[in-house]
Amino acid sequence: MFGGLTERLQAIFRDLRGRGRLGVPEVDAALREVRLALLEADVNFRVVRDFIERVRSRALGAEVMESLTPGQQVIKIVHEAMVELLGSTPVGLDLGQDLPAVILLVGLHGAGKTTTAVRLAVHVKDRGRRPLLVGADVYRPAAGEQLAVLAERAGLPVRVAPAGSDPVVVTRDYCRQAPALGCDTVIVDTAGRLHVDDALMAEMERLSRDLRPRETLLVVDAMTGQDAVNVARSFQERVPIDGFVLTKLDGDARGGAALSLRAVSGRPVKFAGTGEGLGDLDIFHPERMASRVLGMGDVLALIERAQQAVDEQTVRDLERKLRADAFTLEDFLVQLRQVRKLGPLEDIVKLLPGMPMRGMPRGGVDQRELVKAEAIINSMTPEERRRPEILDAGRRRRVARGSGTQVQEVNRLLRQYEEARKMFRQLARWQRGAGRTSPAPWPPRRG
Amino acid sequence: MSRLEQGLARMRAAFSASLDKILTGRGSPDLGDLEESLILADVGPETARKLIERLKHIPSRGESARDSLATALVDMLEGEPPAPGLRLSGTPSVLVLVGVNGTGKTTTLAKLAARLGKEGKTSVLAAADTFRPAAIDQLQVLADRVGARVVAHRPGSDPAAVAFDAVQAALKKGNDLVLVDTAGRLHTRAGLMDELGKICRVIGKALPGAPHEVLLVLDATTGQNAIEQARVFKEAVGVTGVILTKLDGTAKGGIVVSVRWRMGLPIRFVGVGEGMDDLLLFDSREFVQALLGPGR
Ligand SMILES: Nc1nc2c(ncn2[C@@H]2O[C@H](COP(=O)(O)OP(=O)(O)OP(=O)(O)O)[C@@H](O)[C@H]2O)c(=O)[nH]1
Ligand SMILES: [Mg+2]
Repeated sequence: MFGGLTERLQAIFRDLRGRGRLGVPEVDAALREVRLALLEADVNFRVVRDFIERVRSRALGAEVMESLTPGQQVIKIVHEAMVELLGSTPVGLDLGQDLPAVILLVGLHGAGKTTTAVRLAVHVKDRGRRPLLVGADVYRPAAGEQLAVLAERAGLPVRVAPAGSDPVVVTRDYCRQAPALGCDTVIVDTAGRLHVDDALMAEMERLSRDLRPRETLLVVDAMTGQDAVNVARSFQERVPIDGFVLTKLDGDARGGAALSLRAVSGRPVKFAGTGEGLGDLDIFHPERMASRVLGMGDVLALIERAQQAVDEQTVRDLERKLRADAFTLEDFLVQLRQVRKLGPLEDIVKLLPGMPMRGMPRGGVDQRELVKAEAIINSMTPEERRRPEILDAGRRRRVARGSGTQVQEVNRLLRQYEEARKMFRQLARWQRGAGRTSPAPWPPRRG
Repeated sequence: MSRLEQGLARMRAAFSASLDKILTGRGSPDLGDLEESLILADVGPETARKLIERLKHIPSRGESARDSLATALVDMLEGEPPAPGLRLSGTPSVLVLVGVNGTGKTTTLAKLAARLGKEGKTSVLAAADTFRPAAIDQLQVLADRVGARVVAHRPGSDPAAVAFDAVQAALKKGNDLVLVDTAGRLHTRAGLMDELGKICRVIGKALPGAPHEVLLVLDATTGQNAIEQARVFKEAVGVTGVILTKLDGTAKGGIVVSVRWRMGLPIRFVGVGEGMDDLLLFDSREFVQALLGPGR
């Protein structure tokens, strides 16, 4: 995520860095580029204007001009202003003492509320709570079924308001039943609604009044453009919004909406959706996001995720194998399963400063691909698995036939294997602290 | 914060009035303000800048700046030469709907069946989203609403096989159209884009020359990422046109200007609500009027 903006700012600041003393023209030139980059990233026009103004008045102060490294100073100011705009610290859920704690999810059509509801339930469950999922979308055909299937997959209790019922009345009942079901948290998935649809906005108000949610989260698609500010404000006029969930951040949208939302509502982005799986919900880190926007890599996020998903023994085994250059396709399969938990390869690579952003294979590993990968690898002889370089065209065709896949798919898997080998080698070096290929990030991480 | 809020409120109030003034050529037509209005409509900074550049070179002929811009936009959207109509020459004609998650593919598919049904065409709907929970149920409910037949397999089954069977069924029963619903997918997922390619290839095996149209469903609230979506989907499955949904909100959908311009994809329909009749033919004049606000 944020790829293009990162590259763009990097390019701008590379020029600035080389220049020594900065004058007004240079600052303005840099900020013109920052402005354009932010607009291309879908940050709202007026939010950008305000941001640029703020940065400019700071940058044109004496401290910049008299600074020893003016270029660095400008970067630092842009970075700090961005962190300020995003909110300085990550904000999680605050579920309080009252039981059950109700979390209400609202948003436009197709934003990702249902998936987010289940992910949030998994998230609070991992933290020791007992969630009940409640479906309050009585309009979209099969919305309730979708929630029920996902809840079942996650092994969570669920109640769904029947089509045509009054979602406010039914949902209130379900909330009352929660304690008897042994649940201390109720997560309510609501129908998608347009902020200009008065009837549905009124329904949402009633839901909010009756359920007294502890947290009301507005779910917003990371690809949203300029309209994000209108949506945030209109929802906020009707119900108290406590924060946002930004979904589909595993795509390549630059996600400028994150900045817009915070700027117009004063409310934080709390979570980021980063994949199709039920575990793909990250706490949103403003500091990291700003660093990332400025192209400084996000090593912290990588390490945190890696620690969650990869057990140490596996990492040590892997390191040993990499050092002995004995990383086989079978190891790759094990790694695919691990990486599946980490998220797409490209996401991980983007977290590493100094890694090339372009030229990486697009797409990561998902469940569907995993099944194929397994079939392909299982169709190879032990010899082929150990020495994939012997897989010539004929052998590849045989493997494709044997696994019921296409030769292109076999080729892609082998390419991914090569990339993974490279990446894990890089990772292993990273862990040993030896392989820094990039200059130290600037400015130094705060705090 | 409060300063920004106040500023925004003021801007909002002044916006329509000032825009009107600018666009109708009263007051001084500040091209910077025109650019702002384009960007706020999600046309995007680059396309906005190019449009403004173009405007500078068009002799005014007494037209207001707004009218010149409107004309330029309509020209751009219609394309040169204008795109021919939807290709519905097959027996049956196969239309595949593709796009990222949640843009409105399934709803639009049912709306299309309703719309073309009114022209006397019968449709078979292929439930080729076998991935999202309850996607098949959703399509079934909508199909009942518009009186179309659904061909579906079990959840998790091969989507290409569903599409194949749907084409076969239409061939056998002599239906006019096969409308294929596909699972939402981010264009960054190479494996899923390959899957889409396979669906289209298999359709071509069931009926040479098919699919006749591959329509990318874009959500009007989407910002600049839509260009990348259009680019990647076009490369992967040869998208032939665009359907812009959710224009009933406040988003203007200006991104389709760039999609038309840079990707050469014609805009076919717009979605303006959740009802089965809320699908309109794309009309570039009307669209531009809505984009720029009322002229005089
Ligand atoms: N207001 C409005 N809502 C729409 C429009 N088109 C679709 N929707 C709504 O958007 C939501 C998502 O629509 P779907 O048709 O399920 O979207 P999809 O692209 O098939 O979604 P996935 O299959 O999950 O990727 C539903 O609640 C629809 O009712 C439109 O033109 N206007
Ligand atoms: Mg669908």
